[in-house]
Amino acid sequence: MSELPAEVAAWIGEKRYEQVGEFDVERGYVFTSCASVENGNPLFWDEATANELTGGWIAPPTMLSVWFRPHYWAPNRTGAAQPLQVHFDLKEKLGLPEAVMTDNTIVFGEPVRPGDRLRTWQVLRSVSEPKRTKLGMGRFWVIDVVYENQRGEWVGTETYTGFGYRRDG
Amino acid sequence: MSARLTIDQVKPGLALPELAVDVTATTVVLGALASRDWRPMHHDRDFAQQRNGVRDIFLNTPNLAAWFERYLTDWSGPTGRLGRMRFRMRDSIFPGDRMVFRGTVEKVETDETGCAWADVAVAVSVGERVCTECSARIALPAAPGDNPWRRRGADWRP
Repeated sequence: MSELPAEVAAWIGEKRYEQVGEFDVERGYVFTSCASVENGNPLFWDEATANELTGGWIAPPTMLSVWFRPHYWAPNRTGAAQPLQVHFDLKEKLGLPEAVMTDNTIVFGEPVRPGDRLRTWQVLRSVSEPKRTKLGMGRFWVIDVVYENQRGEWVGTETYTGFGYRRDG
Repeated sequence: MSARLTIDQVKPGLALPELAVDVTATTVVLGALASRDWRPMHHDRDFAQQRNGVRDIFLNTPNLAAWFERYLTDWSGPTGRLGRMRFRMRDSIFPGDRMVFRGTVEKVETDETGCAWADVAVAVSVGERVCTECSARIALPAAPGDNPWRRRGADWRP
């Protein structure tokens, strides 16, 4: 377990699972999100404020990952890459059946606007040496999920730290 | 929502107003669907109990992020622009819980581009139990008339 498989080592720094969102960013979902947390920020409800401050409507920044979650059902679906497919690949290739996310950071770039069609990809940043924690023996890894709009402008990056492990015993 | 907060109104140690929310099953289900999270532990109590071993359905992380955003911008007003959020998840929030958001300004600074930032530590708790902690970095107007949303490219360094 101490040596990182060459296939996994080759993933570090590699752009993987690039995909374009299934649908455009749209205001209906912005309202649903705001309603779910009673967010009355006038940027999302008042056109004059949106025009004044953000040059038109934008989506709440924390909705970044929302635009990539697949529909619950779609005709002729053959299976789509998961939002954190690299995480699941690591579990499989490293033989670590359990995993937890220990840390999640989101950095926000250009505002996301209704009508945008976003693009995303995943980059494995690092995999630790084997470590023992109270959960078991495993490895920590760091994965970036990068988001751009259709103009190639960076709109955000999510960074996840995961710990894949095998239970003791 | 407050008026438009400017950085001169903010100092380290400043406490943000508390926000208390009584969580219901609707809160959890609406939040999960609003974040397009169809996983059953966020809408199916039997699944949550039998497969996750918890007492009920629970709030999902993307919706908690939306709650944190709402909490921060309630305080900052619409000119507050989130730059960065870091989460540490510790425990789940269930229907019947009264979740309370509390925040404290940790640092105030102006970067090389002139963008003014407040670093805020936020936590959501149920009773004495801290469920999720969030470190947020939010840009605020350096003075009335400044607008962090106008910053683009190299002038935006979150």
